[in-house]
Amino acid sequence: MHLDFVGSFIFAADRFWIWLATYCFMLASAYSAYTLFSGKFMAPRLTFGLVLAGFICQTAFLGVRGHEVGRCPITNFCELLTFLSWSMILIYLVIGSSYRLSLLGVFTTPFAGLLSIWALLQPEPQAVVIKHPVNPWLEVHTSFSIVACGAFALAGLAGLMYLIQERQLKTRRPSSMFFRLPPIRTLVVANSRLLWLGFGLFTVGLATGFFIGQDVDWRKVAWSLVVWALYGGILLARLRRSMAARWVATLSIVVFGLLLSMFWGIRFISDVPPVR
Amino acid sequence: MGHPVHFGCAAGKMNISCFGLSHQTASVEIRERFAISDSGLSEALLRLRAIEGVEEGLIVSTCNRTEFYVAGAVSQVPVTRFFEEFYKDLRTGDEPHFFGLWAERCVHHLFRVVSGLESMVVGETEIFGQVKRAYEAAARERATGRLLNKLFQKSFHVGKQVRSSTAVGRGSISVGSVAVELAEQIFGKLDGCKIMVLGAGDTSEKMARTFKARGARQIFVSNRSFDRAQVLAQEAGGRAIRFDEWDREFADLDILVASTSAPHAIVTVDKIAPVLKRRSDRPLFMIDVAVPRDIDPNVHRLDGVYVYDLDALQSMAERSMESRRQEVAGCDRLIEKHVVEFQTWIEKSINPIIGPVAVELPRS
Repeated sequence: MHLDFVGSFIFAADRFWIWLATYCFMLASAYSAYTLFSGKFMAPRLTFGLVLAGFICQTAFLGVRGHEVGRCPITNFCELLTFLSWSMILIYLVIGSSYRLSLLGVFTTPFAGLLSIWALLQPEPQAVVIKHPVNPWLEVHTSFSIVACGAFALAGLAGLMYLIQERQLKTRRPSSMFFRLPPIRTLVVANSRLLWLGFGLFTVGLATGFFIGQDVDWRKVAWSLVVWALYGGILLARLRRSMAARWVATLSIVVFGLLLSMFWGIRFISDVPPVR
Repeated sequence: MGHPVHFGCAAGKMNISCFGLSHQTASVEIRERFAISDSGLSEALLRLRAIEGVEEGLIVSTCNRTEFYVAGAVSQVPVTRFFEEFYKDLRTGDEPHFFGLWAERCVHHLFRVVSGLESMVVGETEIFGQVKRAYEAAARERATGRLLNKLFQKSFHVGKQVRSSTAVGRGSISVGSVAVELAEQIFGKLDGCKIMVLGAGDTSEKMARTFKARGARQIFVSNRSFDRAQVLAQEAGGRAIRFDEWDREFADLDILVASTSAPHAIVTVDKIAPVLKRRSDRPLFMIDVAVPRDIDPNVHRLDGVYVYDLDALQSMAERSMESRRQEVAGCDRLIEKHVVEFQTWIEKSINPIIGPVAVELPRS
């Protein structure tokens, strides 16, 4: 009983960091959306600062949780969603400046904020987590899979931006937003590279899953293989030039939606077992 | 036309005034008579400072305006007398084209000029550089002093702020610049793009030059007259291609500018669709500035292909112009704050004893 109470308290205190991160992402989203749709001057440093602050808060949460559980902090659904959101922001921070895709943050921050809210809505664990010997295969499997999902999320967002640009070009009535989004060619390249990055990481994550040494949940495996095959199919079609960029962008969004539903499915089919 | 107002100083004290004429008050025939060339600027500044009461002087002379900014006790001088003293040979009927602005109205006007709000094309940026050069020339000749230095430095700050914090300079307002802006929005930098110009008339030449000015390095020109294509290709730093061979280059192309005098479409879906399969997923941007059109409108329906004809480009240019006009009120509000700031500075720094009372003088 005492341990339950202490566990809940510690977890609730950790959540403070997710609250802070959510505020940062939502503030960044509101500011970016306002400047984007009103055509006003945008201070990129302010958005970047808020995203960075949110990322630091998420890192603090994952750091505290990782220290408590003595392993990669993906022991419950709240942590899983936070890790996914953190991965997405990490990749955004790395590639955003490389590909001059600062505006990707406008699309990334609301999504990261929503994931954080979803994480906060998860019930607090009833039992305190006790440190357990680390299984390296499990660590690699979970962390690679989720970082891959972060890359796929960004690929989907780049795809969404591409579709917005494409539509405005096709209708020949570009709005002020059109001229503030990255060039359509840059979005095609970013979308492609993010898909490759996500696919590589996901493949490693999937392969290492077979070495964990625990009972395999074949429903999860089947779901993962379907997602892997779909992304593989998109990339193969892209390599063979048999799919237009518009379709690649659309499928990046659709398949990521499927992937997100897999997270939701995992939650209900078989909750991620906490390490006890 | 305004009349003299002082920043809290009695008649004859230091003040700022502007005398001039612009595209809003005078036709080009009148403006060209009053324009001052770069070579004559030094002498003109000497003449300006020789006018009684002028202590500091600066001349902004562009194709759209000739304006004299002066600091000193000239606020009581009527506009026409100022011009008579400067030009000596005024004609009958010149007077209505002049304007005179004093004190905060002069400051407000300068801030609007530097911000591009007084320009023929609202929000254009060229005037900023022109005023800056005029200021540098006057400073070099030691024609400016404390007041004009402060005024013009403030005006550059205001001009930059107006452009960065409002949308008054956004969007292109000519067909050529709209096309180039769209190209940049599709490809990013144009230095790696392959551009083909079909036709070698005036429009093609202008487009080729515009693309070259924006960094395009690989420009191909194809025309029925190969000699003419070679001439234009040389001017644009590109390569000429025979007209019956232009479609062979298509697979690697990024931008096509079509401006031939062909009576029917020469770029059709049948011609383009097979080539698209050989391309990677690079977008293809086609600009059709020919009448009748050179590109079949159905080509626009192909994946990754964007065709913009004259009407589409013109309509975008007009919408940009309209949205710039809508920004003017916001710019004026911003400028007003800076005028008040400058007014406060001048009251404290130049006429600290008399205090911030605006004295309006009777019309001369």
